[in-house]
Amino acid sequence: MIAIQFEFTADQYERQCEFQAFVDSAIIPYAGRHDKEERICPEVLETLRASGYLGAMLPKAYGGMGLDYVTQGMLNEQLGRGCSSVRSLLTVHGMVALAILRWGTKQQKDDWLPKLASGEAIGALALTEPHAGSDAKSIETTAELTDDGYILNGQKKWITMGQIADLFLLFAICDGKPSAFLVERSCAGFTSKAMTGLLGARGSMIAELTFDNCPLPTTSLLGQVGTGLSHIALFSLDYGRYTIACGCVGLAQACLEASMNYASQRRQFGELLQEKQLIQKMITEMTVNVKAARLLCYKAGYLKDVGDPDSIMETWTAKYFASTIVTKAASDAVQIHGANGCHSDYPAERYYRDAKINEIIEGTTQMHEWLIASQEIRSYHVDSR
Amino acid sequence: MEENKAKIKQFLMRFIRKPDLDDDDDIFALGFVNSLFAMQLVMYLEKEFAIVIENEDMSLDNFRTIHRMLAFIEAKTSAK
Repeated sequence: MIAIQFEFTADQYERQCEFQAFVDSAIIPYAGRHDKEERICPEVLETLRASGYLGAMLPKAYGGMGLDYVTQGMLNEQLGRGCSSVRSLLTVHGMVALAILRWGTKQQKDDWLPKLASGEAIGALALTEPHAGSDAKSIETTAELTDDGYILNGQKKWITMGQIADLFLLFAICDGKPSAFLVERSCAGFTSKAMTGLLGARGSMIAELTFDNCPLPTTSLLGQVGTGLSHIALFSLDYGRYTIACGCVGLAQACLEASMNYASQRRQFGELLQEKQLIQKMITEMTVNVKAARLLCYKAGYLKDVGDPDSIMETWTAKYFASTIVTKAASDAVQIHGANGCHSDYPAERYYRDAKINEIIEGTTQMHEWLIASQEIRSYHVDSR
Repeated sequence: MEENKAKIKQFLMRFIRKPDLDDDDDIFALGFVNSLFAMQLVMYLEKEFAIVIENEDMSLDNFRTIHRMLAFIEAKTSAK
């Protein structure tokens, strides 16, 4: 009996080649600019819209591509290889689109999913606040139900794509319970303030959002009052974590390729760096770690595709591993490049800054360590009783 | 019904330290459920019983006990 397969379908293989070519031609040439200008170039946004990739996670019925999770993982890996900021756009945009697809009313789906699939509207997740990061239950933004709908008050911070998003999946306390709302950028009382000076993924166009007595129609509630964090945010963050893990694999692959290119050209002490065993050790570690992280991502994607509940913890595992190995890979890439690795003439220094961000977003490394250990200990004691 | 009950119990036993869990034990009141498990439970029920759990189904009462889950699955499958 053969139960495990490591082969792509013909369609997945074709898609992988397509994504790779797209990133090589349409993303990588702009990645340095995104970092320097702290924004995604408008022409790249247009190319992304035209590519259809902003609808990668949505069914064809809504104008999306209807890709399975493994193939979506390939797309995010390739985008991560090219530009972490562009990958972050696809992550937050997809989190909003999938939350509406999973928990939205028919009207919410009809109103928003075609626009999100085409990129006519850009989505962003508005969860984090100045005083609530990992501890999401402590959010202070409120949505008060009145005779005319909800009144929204509060502040959000570190919101990826907050500078350009048209639609926010926002979390607020309603009737004492965490709840989710679809909030349009055009709503009265909304203001956003661009945040600059981010360590890495600097083109993520993060912003601080303020909601000052914003009136929302009752139809803006997504799901039920009280299910905002337990169902909607967890569901969205699961997708976010998966795409980030895949993006980390791509970024680590970029570190590996840059290192091999450099080591095959740079001579010291009369021989190429690639001949030196201490350099080979770093390249070996990068190679093995990238392959291992990629396998974890494929497994998580496969489990998502078959609807297996284990996919949630496998995604935490994949994200934890991929985000920690990518910081090591980027650090080694800088090391192999020497002084050239510390300057923007080479991409290694950008990779180094971008890599670290992944250990913070969608759950810090420490939150992963706490959760994975807790779950594993719990399972162990149940299994061994 | 008995087969479905056994399947659900087997799934719950992966996460819950109560071998003698009764069909009417409230898994929320017993403190076994966190939000991660709730999400895993929804995924499990959808996959195992080929149902789609909609927004309006999200009442905790549908998932409180094994009996309630069975009744919920029965209602969903008969409504197809």
